[in-house]
Amino acid sequence: MAAETHKEPFVRITKRASMPFYKAWAIRAAAILLSLVVCAVVIYLIVKMNPVEVYATMFKGAFGTKRKIWSTVREIMMLLCISVGLAPAFKMKFWNIGAEGQVLVGGIVSSACMIYLADLPTPLLLILMLVASMAAGALWGLLPAIFKAYFNTNETLFTLMMNYIAIQITSFCVALWENPYGSNTVGIINSSTRSGWFPKIMGQDYILNVIIVMAATILMFIYLARSKQGYEIAVVGNSENTARYAGISVKNVIIRTMIISGAVCALAGFVEVSGSSHTISTSTAGGRGFTAIIVAWLAKFNTFVMILISLLLVFLEMGAKEIASVYHLNDYASQMITGIILFFILGSEFFIQYKLVFRSAKGEAKK
Amino acid sequence: MKRFLAIVLSCVMVFALAACGGTNDATVSTDADETEASLKIGVILVGDENEGYTAAHIDGINAAAEKLGIDESQIVWKYSIPEDQSCYDAAMELVDAGCTLVISNSYGHQSFTQMAAEEVPEVQFVAMTGDTAATSGLANFSNAFTKAYESRYVSGVVAGKKLAELIEAGVLTDANYDADGNVKIGYVGAYPYAEVVSGYTAFYLGVKSIVENVVMDVTYTNSWFDITAEGEAANSLVAGGCVIIGQHADSTGAPAAVQALLDAGTVCYSVGYNVDMLSVAPTAALTSATNNWEVYYEYAFSTMMNGGNIKTDWSEGYETDAVAVTALGESCAEGTAEAVEEAEAAIKAGTFHVFDTTTFTVGGETIDTYEIEGLGETISDGYFHESEFRAAPYFDLRIDGITELN
Repeated sequence: MAAETHKEPFVRITKRASMPFYKAWAIRAAAILLSLVVCAVVIYLIVKMNPVEVYATMFKGAFGTKRKIWSTVREIMMLLCISVGLAPAFKMKFWNIGAEGQVLVGGIVSSACMIYLADLPTPLLLILMLVASMAAGALWGLLPAIFKAYFNTNETLFTLMMNYIAIQITSFCVALWENPYGSNTVGIINSSTRSGWFPKIMGQDYILNVIIVMAATILMFIYLARSKQGYEIAVVGNSENTARYAGISVKNVIIRTMIISGAVCALAGFVEVSGSSHTISTSTAGGRGFTAIIVAWLAKFNTFVMILISLLLVFLEMGAKEIASVYHLNDYASQMITGIILFFILGSEFFIQYKLVFRSAKGEAKK
Repeated sequence: MKRFLAIVLSCVMVFALAACGGTNDATVSTDADETEASLKIGVILVGDENEGYTAAHIDGINAAAEKLGIDESQIVWKYSIPEDQSCYDAAMELVDAGCTLVISNSYGHQSFTQMAAEEVPEVQFVAMTGDTAATSGLANFSNAFTKAYESRYVSGVVAGKKLAELIEAGVLTDANYDADGNVKIGYVGAYPYAEVVSGYTAFYLGVKSIVENVVMDVTYTNSWFDITAEGEAANSLVAGGCVIIGQHADSTGAPAAVQALLDAGTVCYSVGYNVDMLSVAPTAALTSATNNWEVYYEYAFSTMMNGGNIKTDWSEGYETDAVAVTALGESCAEGTAEAVEEAEAAIKAGTFHVFDTTTFTVGGETIDTYEIEGLGETISDGYFHESEFRAAPYFDLRIDGITELN
């Protein structure tokens, strides 16, 4: 009787057991296509422009000239490096929201080395900057990890607060190093001597950026997928109790992983300061510490997939800037497009994980 | 399988990028050849049309282009470029696009624009409001700045007239006076360096030329554009007894805050910057000091079109109407327009100098010599020679009567 009065809902959401690789990517591709169609409608309705032309302009903005391609590559490397840094922490289900701050402390330490040790030969200086900035980032990751491991504090809030500390320290350093006095900008550090700058390789400015970040990406992939420590991270992430039962020291894993996570994020700060901007400001991290969270999640902590996601996000950003420049639209218009596309991509993950089961007339008849 | 595919996809992408890079190189250089003959202008802007300072530059460029018959297609705009590596990127992209003149409009762009100038000697670069062109030794790198201090002085005269009217009307309270019986005014500044110091000192001297017993408090916001911080600064200055609030920051925060206080019954008025503030502060805004950038852009564009070289340092003021004050608000005192005219005429004629050393003291003493590194002696013939040795302001003396609160 109960079954008769209790009607089956029109649509039910059920978790999928698993989905073949090609099918998942087909859904993602469909989502991107669909988002482009929605964007096209929005573009047409609001600014009355040919959407295909707008997309072509976006593409030109990211890949139109050799220089733009290199800028795009540089930005991808930066975002990728931070995402790679976040991967072990997130895989452990440790919500490291503090990448922004970890990037900044790496940047501050790199800048300090460039300013105070400008007389050292550049190769030595670069190694010193690399080590020092990663140590600073490790410390920035270590603090919340200790509190999490020993006092079970909330790491989301803790790492978030560490961002603000890093931003304030950056402001202080900018005021300390400002050039000229009162201008509140550090300017380009060592612009004449290029001391502590990444050297050009094969005539290109950003080759070393690519080498360093790709090395980090590959190493992190191997570390997470193949090493014993990587396995421990996965176990702790899935269930701390299981980890304890298996004799894994959860405290040690948390602390060790956050040291690595912070250090790699700070590496991004070093690459940015030494290999790209050659200056430091509170906008050095530029929100990428948060964007990287999206990258890490969408890539499911697979560092190679992160390259693709970073490419997509950077492409959208560069394209958005180009639209603003060419069509005199301000940033908001292009941010809308980025927002729509991201919404669809994130939404597609839902359809990959779950499926909608519609109430079918046939099914009811059978009952 | 999954992992393998991911790796393959990534590799394909990287190689595709490299391949694109190779082919595009050639097309860029041919593009540049075609457009070499005519003027093509690249503009790097720190904000967009929604921000007063940048809007003034956009208007100036458009007006100058229209006058000289420069087509829209000859101007490439880069909006909202932060003061970091992206400025260098933007400058080089503009070079790639065939621009022969690249202009950046914010002070913080300067070092990045200069770096581009070093790399591309055949393109002319201008860092507006910058100060390193002369010392850089680069033939293709210039600075330009109006004599903004002249219009600030005149806006100070407008404030002074209002202050005199308020004193006479007896509407000021004890809180508006300091212990020595001086009336208090306030100023919201962006950063504590010469450009701002020069501006507020000129404003103060303008007020002082009308009301002798006046002192000024200055609060810095450490940002060029921060509506909330500028509003808060204005609120705290008025709470401290300041009657008129001047500003050297780019938002409408201060005038809007002053208007709200005036509506609530506090006697206070505002003098703005860049743009007319009457839309946000119809009864509180007296006037704004502005720059008429069209004068410079017309000079720069026409010089380039005639094949000449742009001056390394350009600075002009009332003599070519490169600076002005905006329309006087309804709250201005009687006789303000006449006083403004008189002050402007004196500055134009060169019979009056804003930083006349007889009108101010430093540490209680009149000064007759002040050397600045790289510029030499800046005081002669009884006045401080602002913006004559270099486009960017360099008056950084802290004169008596002005207190920096933070």
